[in-house]
Amino acid sequence: MVQYIIKRLLLLPLLLFIFSIFAFVLIQAPPGDFVTSYIAELAASGSSVDQAQIDALRSMYGLDQPMYVQYFHWMGRMLHGDLGASLDWKRPIAELIRERVMLTVLLGAFTFVLTWALAIPIGIIGATKQYSFLDYFFTVFNYIGIATPTFMTALILMWLAFSWFGISVTGLFSAEYVDAPWTLAKFIDLLKHIWLPVLILALDGTARLARIMRANLLDELNKPYVEMARAKGMSEWRLVLKYPVRMAINPLISTIGWYLPLLFSGSVIVATVLNLPTIGPMLLRSLTNQDMFLAGAIIMIYLFLAIIGTLISDILLAWLDPRIRMES
Amino acid sequence: MEPVTDLDVGPKDVHDLEVAETIEDWTGAIGPGLGPVEDAEAINVAPNWKLVWWRFRKHKLALFSGVVVIVIATVAIFPGFFATMDPHGSRSTMSFVPLQRLRFFHDGTFEPFVYGVTGARNPETLRMEWVTDEEVIIPVSFFVEGFEYKVLGFITTNIHLLGTAEGPTEENPFFLLGSDRLGRDQWSRLMYGTQVSLSIGLIAVMVSVFLGVLMGGISGYLGGVADLIIQRLIELLQSLPAIPIWMALTAALPRDWSVEKTYFAITLILALIGWTTLAREVRGRFLVLREEDFVVAAKLSGANQRRIIFRHMVPTFSSHIIAAATLAVPVMIISETFLSFLGLGLRPPAISWGVLLQEAQNLQSIALAPWLLLPGVAVIITVLALNILGDGLRDAADPYSH
Repeated sequence: MVQYIIKRLLLLPLLLFIFSIFAFVLIQAPPGDFVTSYIAELAASGSSVDQAQIDALRSMYGLDQPMYVQYFHWMGRMLHGDLGASLDWKRPIAELIRERVMLTVLLGAFTFVLTWALAIPIGIIGATKQYSFLDYFFTVFNYIGIATPTFMTALILMWLAFSWFGISVTGLFSAEYVDAPWTLAKFIDLLKHIWLPVLILALDGTARLARIMRANLLDELNKPYVEMARAKGMSEWRLVLKYPVRMAINPLISTIGWYLPLLFSGSVIVATVLNLPTIGPMLLRSLTNQDMFLAGAIIMIYLFLAIIGTLISDILLAWLDPRIRMES
Repeated sequence: MEPVTDLDVGPKDVHDLEVAETIEDWTGAIGPGLGPVEDAEAINVAPNWKLVWWRFRKHKLALFSGVVVIVIATVAIFPGFFATMDPHGSRSTMSFVPLQRLRFFHDGTFEPFVYGVTGARNPETLRMEWVTDEEVIIPVSFFVEGFEYKVLGFITTNIHLLGTAEGPTEENPFFLLGSDRLGRDQWSRLMYGTQVSLSIGLIAVMVSVFLGVLMGGISGYLGGVADLIIQRLIELLQSLPAIPIWMALTAALPRDWSVEKTYFAITLILALIGWTTLAREVRGRFLVLREEDFVVAAKLSGANQRRIIFRHMVPTFSSHIIAAATLAVPVMIISETFLSFLGLGLRPPAISWGVLLQEAQNLQSIALAPWLLLPGVAVIITVLALNILGDGLRDAADPYSH
């Protein structure tokens, strides 16, 4: 087990290396570099820049050097924990996104917990009471859940909250706490706001997970060992929860492999609609404003979170299923 | 939902492919509804697609979804016919007109009409406010002449399914689904948006299927080093968080590109990440089929590799590919919608569901004109229908399983 984890951890730098090249190519893809857009911005505000200044700017940021040298500069600085400065915000990126990264992870974690807390019971009810009213209800609910884009759910809930209660459900903090230092009161205020985006995101994941859980459990319930336990007089609920449910959850763990990487990046659109202070809306803004170092840093963070997600799911799987350990 | 690239398609394992042992098993599983003897004989000689169809039509909800998909596809092919007004035509005096519900019976006779609306400017907010005026009756007729459009890009005509006698005017507006900020007719825009959104989904999936079958086929049939490389590539692509990557890629498209160019670029971007699930599916099929008796038999009879792949192997899993592709279309549609919604995908003057929803992006517009959310309902219905249809096809794709 320990050996397996070490092996996976050793792969981590390689993955990060590949992903960082990918992120670098992505942020270099738009035509022109950020000095071009900086000049355009200056020109728009009326001041002119001469060629010498442009060249000075280019060499200052190393933009006159070949691509691979630029990449190593960028990567080297990042490894030292220096994410560079945002052109758009005129502030260091690290300072700009620290709190946002934390809120993104928090949002993802809450969503994860709620998704599983909803999906497992719904799946169990669907399988044990197959073809009952509740089963049909949840099946319809799951289909609609999968078909509704999260931003639609967000828009509809936003509209309902406004037209029924006259409240605006955007943001994660009340006005007085936005720039306040972290206190218990601010955290409670956060909890008062975060439940809605968490619910919207969890409903989506729940629909998928509950369907898989129901199908898995249905397969298990027909097996002879269940019949055996029933024949021995075990109470139905204890029986279901003790054996088939545990068997049915196992394949579910493997879905974490694609679910965890999605968990953090999936909130981008909802966060934009609800105007949440996470890194998603900032990525959108940096992309539309060609603030490429900020965009690159945020994409690297998403990639990093995705790698961590994959790593956790691999370790979980290896821990639960000995066959995976044997293979490697 | 998120544009998840993992689609959970196909049978779970080899057992699904096992052939039923007795004729009773077969008839029980798929019978076309004749007597037992005729059933058995019909099944023995029926080609694969017929078996799939017999099985599929038992799934009533999937059948119904298929009809819904056909209706939506018809709209996508002939948007001009279903539109009532020029989708780009803006009327500055007619912004945010609420929907005018189509009523079919007037005084007990069949006489389709809508009530007129009258607008007055609110002296405080300076905003136009519209009220339904039940005094004014605007008759609606079928197959009326209206603005000119092209059918399938080459036949010019001006016949529309619905319309008012003298066309929409200041006094007699005709907005089935209301109008937007610029006074454009949302119904007509929705019709044209259907064409763009649906075709992007379809083309992106076609490119994905091509890439998926190619890569999955190479991987599954050849095995060895090719398999190893392709599998690692797929794993790498699947571990990427799709949404930020899509955002970055579409943001990199030059802003001055024409609508058509952006359209194809977005289709390609969606397909380049979407092919991995299909490739995995195809590879799995190839691995299973490679060991099957009929493939070994074909090999021993001296059939060359191309014939074995295309004549014997591909037909046995083409129904799986169709099912997987059907389930992939909604994922692509939702991806396009959210990209355009965020302003990174298609941009006006292009019309797609995402572009339409952009109008409903903030609370002010939704509070003022909730009907701007209706294109989202179109997205939900389409995705729902395609998902149920895809599920039905997937279940039917294995006519021999129970």
